[in-house]
Amino acid sequence: MTTIDVGSRAFDELNKEIRACTDTELVLNNVQGQRYIGCALSRRCITIEGTPGNALGSYLDGCTIIVNGNAQDATGDTMNDGRIIIHGSCGDATGYSMRGGKIFIRDSAGYRSGIHMKAYEEKQPVIIIGDRAGSFLGEYLAGGTIIVLGLHQEGKAPVGYFCGTGMHGGKIYLRCDTLPSDLPQQVSASDATPEDFAEISESLEDYCSTFALDKEALLSDHFFVLRPNSSTPYKMLYTNV
Amino acid sequence: MGINYLYPDFEVHRDKDKCINCRVCERQCANEVHAFDKELNRMIADDSKCVNCHRCVSLCPTHALKIVKTDHHFKENANWKGEVIQDIYRQAESGGVLLASMGTPKDYPVYWDKMLINASQVTNPSIDPLREPMETRTFLGQKSTKIKRDDQGRLITTTTPQLSLNIPIMFSAMSYGSISYNAHKSLAMAAQELGIFYNTGEGGLHEDFYQYGKNTIVQVASGRFGVHPGYLNAGAAIEIKMGQGAKPGIGGHLPGSKIGEDISKTRMIPEHADAISPAPHHDIYSIEDLRQLVFALKEATAYTKPIIVKVAAVHNISAIASGIARSGADIIAIDGFRGGTGAAPARTRDNVGIPIELALASVDSRLRQEGIRNNVSLVVGGSIRSSADVIKAIALGADAIYVATSALLALGCHLCRTCQNGKCNWGIATQKPELVKRLNPEVGSQRLVNLITAWEHEIKEMMGGMGINSIEALRGNRLMLRGIGLNETELQILGISHAGQ
Repeated sequence: MTTIDVGSRAFDELNKEIRACTDTELVLNNVQGQRYIGCALSRRCITIEGTPGNALGSYLDGCTIIVNGNAQDATGDTMNDGRIIIHGSCGDATGYSMRGGKIFIRDSAGYRSGIHMKAYEEKQPVIIIGDRAGSFLGEYLAGGTIIVLGLHQEGKAPVGYFCGTGMHGGKIYLRCDTLPSDLPQQVSASDATPEDFAEISESLEDYCSTFALDKEALLSDHFFVLRPNSSTPYKMLYTNV
Repeated sequence: MGINYLYPDFEVHRDKDKCINCRVCERQCANEVHAFDKELNRMIADDSKCVNCHRCVSLCPTHALKIVKTDHHFKENANWKGEVIQDIYRQAESGGVLLASMGTPKDYPVYWDKMLINASQVTNPSIDPLREPMETRTFLGQKSTKIKRDDQGRLITTTTPQLSLNIPIMFSAMSYGSISYNAHKSLAMAAQELGIFYNTGEGGLHEDFYQYGKNTIVQVASGRFGVHPGYLNAGAAIEIKMGQGAKPGIGGHLPGSKIGEDISKTRMIPEHADAISPAPHHDIYSIEDLRQLVFALKEATAYTKPIIVKVAAVHNISAIASGIARSGADIIAIDGFRGGTGAAPARTRDNVGIPIELALASVDSRLRQEGIRNNVSLVVGGSIRSSADVIKAIALGADAIYVATSALLALGCHLCRTCQNGKCNWGIATQKPELVKRLNPEVGSQRLVNLITAWEHEIKEMMGGMGINSIEALRGNRLMLRGIGLNETELQILGISHAGQ
């Protein structure tokens, strides 16, 4: 295991050292907002104490990143594979255009989380947010799964405005008793069925064991599932000149 | 069924004396215009399906066919022209957004045609490129303005990553999806042979084309299709697409109907689902956010690749370019409003954006005024039609130019502007296997190589004529240009004098 005391070092130097490190276990102490940590990395585990900067784990390619604290914007941007675990909250644009792997957030995520996530064959990205997500969650969703547990929302919809606008693939699970009031017409909502739960069982198990939660208790509550109405929403929009 | 208000735009004229009923036209037309009538024992045509792509005309062995614009017309009206009336009929019928393709056909000024190039006479000798070496090699990337030495006093010669081009011409972005496998292969092979670059566009990189990586620019656009670390590292440079000249301010949709198995695999999305590129990158709402993406891509490629930021030419382009030049990007690509597209809303294509000539001149001037011109290289596109346009662009300040429509024409495109239908009879803008195979990549790449090589000769001739033997000496050399028929504002923006001055 390699330990780096980060302090106020410049991000490019730090990331160069991380890229060069051959150790599979890396601990970064005293991280003070350095950006792009773990960018495009594979095959190792990075534990972060402190607060990483924007674009943590962007293009991540199989690496595991554990943050003992909060993360900032664009965490897991265009991530391809691997795991990002945040023992705290995340900023805006978390998991933007994510293509594979998992992001687990213990608390809340900011605006624009999971926009344009997509899935293909074995690449099935998952974002699980413990408490609440900001507005624009899962806009243009093309594939993958977003789960928002609303742990401290007392049954209220755990998302902001414009959830799922332009959605044309994937699924959004919301643990709540009432739906967001402004769901767009591209989205259809239904109560989660046993089949829906079966699909997320493994990821949720993983999440609950990571953050010491009771999976069965969570699953006994009510979930909505949001799906797109059509995978070709733009088909009827055009006429040829 | 309601009344059809639309009269066919074209008439298929068939010379009955020449036609031998070989039915080639019928087999070649994916629009199903031609048919053989057994009772009449002759070929017939449905004019309403014709898009005027000339495939049948070119393949008719007896030259029996020609396509003629119909002389049927509405009552003459300078304001309500026939096309305007027809567009209203179309929208009244369908309720749809008008969809079009390729660059705008509208009659906007083409400033390339209003600029003239200088030549040497008496006072300085012109140069014969057949006799003397002419340097057209171009490096794209940040240029250091300071000489740095190490503690021993030795020069530090490491530079930021650069693209090296034999000729300052590149093939601009066209995605696999908007154009065919064989069209992409033709571009890739030609780029390799010419020592230049082609651009994947936003559709990922087909696994067969990773071998052309040294001559490939990989694109990252708002949909992030097929983007992963392997892709980012496969090319010689990465282009962040913020905008496109034909449709500034909006995103793109590849309809589900065009997403077959191979496209699905390359874009990494399910078959037959729409591929939607949102209008903005939702992780970029400012220059600071752009800087973040630029550096995320640099980190992902360990600072080995130049990063290009491509924007459409719009009203405040010089201020936007100034921001990009400070974002850490290595190259700015600007796409003018006459640039092509595989599909764009017609109103956007025909009304949004500004001509590349004015955008280029104003950006180059602004970056020079601010002392940051060397932070970036400038690449421009959006209807570069000839070597003369290339010369004029470089003299206005471009480091290199992007061509796409010219390249497609070389591959056989006839600019019928119906790419959006996906039934390109020339095998270019289609995914139908029986049409794609009509374009032979060996032949296609050779035609591209021929075109660019011919332009190279012409560029050298004109440079020699000016007494210039290095493309460096032409760059931003606006004294080599004069305007013709331009007003004072236009001359001032272009930074050139009028002919005769």
